[in-house]
Amino acid sequence: MATQTLDRPTAPVKRGAASRPPGQRALVASPTTWFVWAGVAVFFVFLLGILVSVVVDSLGKSWFGSWLPEIFTFSWYAQAWDRFGMAHVIGVTLLVAVVVIVISVLIGVPAAYMLARRNFPFKRTINLMFLLPVLMPPITYGIPLATVMYNMGLGRSLVAVILVNLVPSVPFVIMTMTPFIEQINPAIENAARMSGARMRIVFTRILAPLLVPGILAAAVLVLVRTVGMFELTFLVSGPQSDTLVVAIYRAMTAAGGGEPRALISSMAVVYTVTMMVILIIALRYISPTQLVARVKDSRDD
Amino acid sequence: MSTVRATKSTASLRHRLAERGVDMSLLMLVPAIVFTLALFIYPFSYGIGLTFQPNPAIQEQWGGGVLANYRAFFGDAFVFDSIWLTMRLALPVALFNVLASIPVAFKLRHRFRGKKLLTTLLVLPITLGTVLTAQGLLIFAGRQGWLNNFLIQIGLVSEPLKLVNNYWGVVFSLVISGFPFAFLLISSYLSGIDPSIDAAARTMGAGWFQRFRRIILPLLAPGLATTFILTFVLAFSVFPSARLVGDAMGETRVMALMAYRAFGEQNDYPMASTIAIIMGVVELLVVAVVLLWRSFLYKGSTGGKG
Repeated sequence: MATQTLDRPTAPVKRGAASRPPGQRALVASPTTWFVWAGVAVFFVFLLGILVSVVVDSLGKSWFGSWLPEIFTFSWYAQAWDRFGMAHVIGVTLLVAVVVIVISVLIGVPAAYMLARRNFPFKRTINLMFLLPVLMPPITYGIPLATVMYNMGLGRSLVAVILVNLVPSVPFVIMTMTPFIEQINPAIENAARMSGARMRIVFTRILAPLLVPGILAAAVLVLVRTVGMFELTFLVSGPQSDTLVVAIYRAMTAAGGGEPRALISSMAVVYTVTMMVILIIALRYISPTQLVARVKDSRDD
Repeated sequence: MSTVRATKSTASLRHRLAERGVDMSLLMLVPAIVFTLALFIYPFSYGIGLTFQPNPAIQEQWGGGVLANYRAFFGDAFVFDSIWLTMRLALPVALFNVLASIPVAFKLRHRFRGKKLLTTLLVLPITLGTVLTAQGLLIFAGRQGWLNNFLIQIGLVSEPLKLVNNYWGVVFSLVISGFPFAFLLISSYLSGIDPSIDAAARTMGAGWFQRFRRIILPLLAPGLATTFILTFVLAFSVFPSARLVGDAMGETRVMALMAYRAFGEQNDYPMASTIAIIMGVVELLVVAVVLLWRSFLYKGSTGGKG
């Protein structure tokens, strides 16, 4: 049964479907199904190739043209760790991510609540204002913002890195939380209010527990975005405030042909492993799709 | 509300305001608004102002007084062409990501064993980040990489294909980072469509193409437009991969690179702001066209929201 469901065509083939009793699957998948699976397979080949080649490169020495490097070694990791102060860089990255998450949730969730539940003057304008930073390419507002930061003397500091990363994160939390709050039944809050609960109590005792899955999902997405955010961080960060991505980019484009390739590969592997661990842990608890719509699993027919 | 005013009701100002939705709880919006004003609206307006204060060097070379930056942008073919080069990358990639996600999301919408694993695998590239993708592409698809090695071994090509450090390198990297994102969004839109609508159509004898064309597509179209916009924004602002796997001074001289060149390498902040602002305008034009098209589409419930 299990293997058959895999290649079940969504579209019954004209004749075959009619002659089959309802509830039974076709044994041979339709051409469209094969086409889709082939596409997915090519995508995975590329993906795996990219991943594995970086890992192999980071572990190998003198790898030119052959299928595999001649010598395997861990020395690149040790070198990268010392040379680029990886402990410091990873510390900065995590610190920035955590601070950005906390602040953007604290600012974003109350705003999302108001946008989801209430009508007030200028609501559309305010909505648009929150939407713009997500829609604009980061470079567009990043360059003026970085100019302001440098003028204020904040350039290359940790504060500047946190502030610029908040710009897309807060609207992002608002955008993801608004539909999530919309689908919570308002009768629950009304009941609490009728029983005499103040706004603060409604928020902490009633809404917060209901919002936890949404907040977690939004936090994970913000985390992924912040750790991966290159453009904005790159514009304002300096040697002491570089996050991991920026540090790798700087190593790749350093004057004089950049650092040895394997050194960069090992840094990239560290980056990806960190991200994957975070994401896999997160995906075990939440499904990001629940943000756009409460998933109603399609019935099995 | 007009009756309240007409009868000069005795209700307090506070009460009347509350009737229009203005009361103390609006304070919850204040942090977000202050934040957006300070970190987005203000720098942005400042940047726009900066475009009208060109550096003396630019002014001397291009003339035009306060508009010198704009004259420089449209006059310098090296910079001006970047608009076209960016579009040539971003539009096809965004379109491809959306169109390729539809069938995949479709096939994966039903329940089957290993679905969660497959979804996780498809989403994982988000974690790779542009830098690892770039590094991987350079190694995997480079002249001596596995891909070319393999193609030569099976005799498909005799010369190694040039897949990186040009247009295609950037396209690959954008598809690898953009496709999972588009897939994730489209499959959540798809799961928001009530399956009973599809089932109803099926009981009336509609074939798969008819069901797709008449039922799913109209319900999905607004979501497709949104997804297209978001992937387009991602591709349009491509910067690190254009430098790392592209041809930074040639084929993939995108606007973001030009803006950064003025900002970081020439320290010409007014010119950098000018390029950045024009970049924003061009992008918003494309977004506006898509949104306009979307406004003609069905906007009601898709039946799947709880």
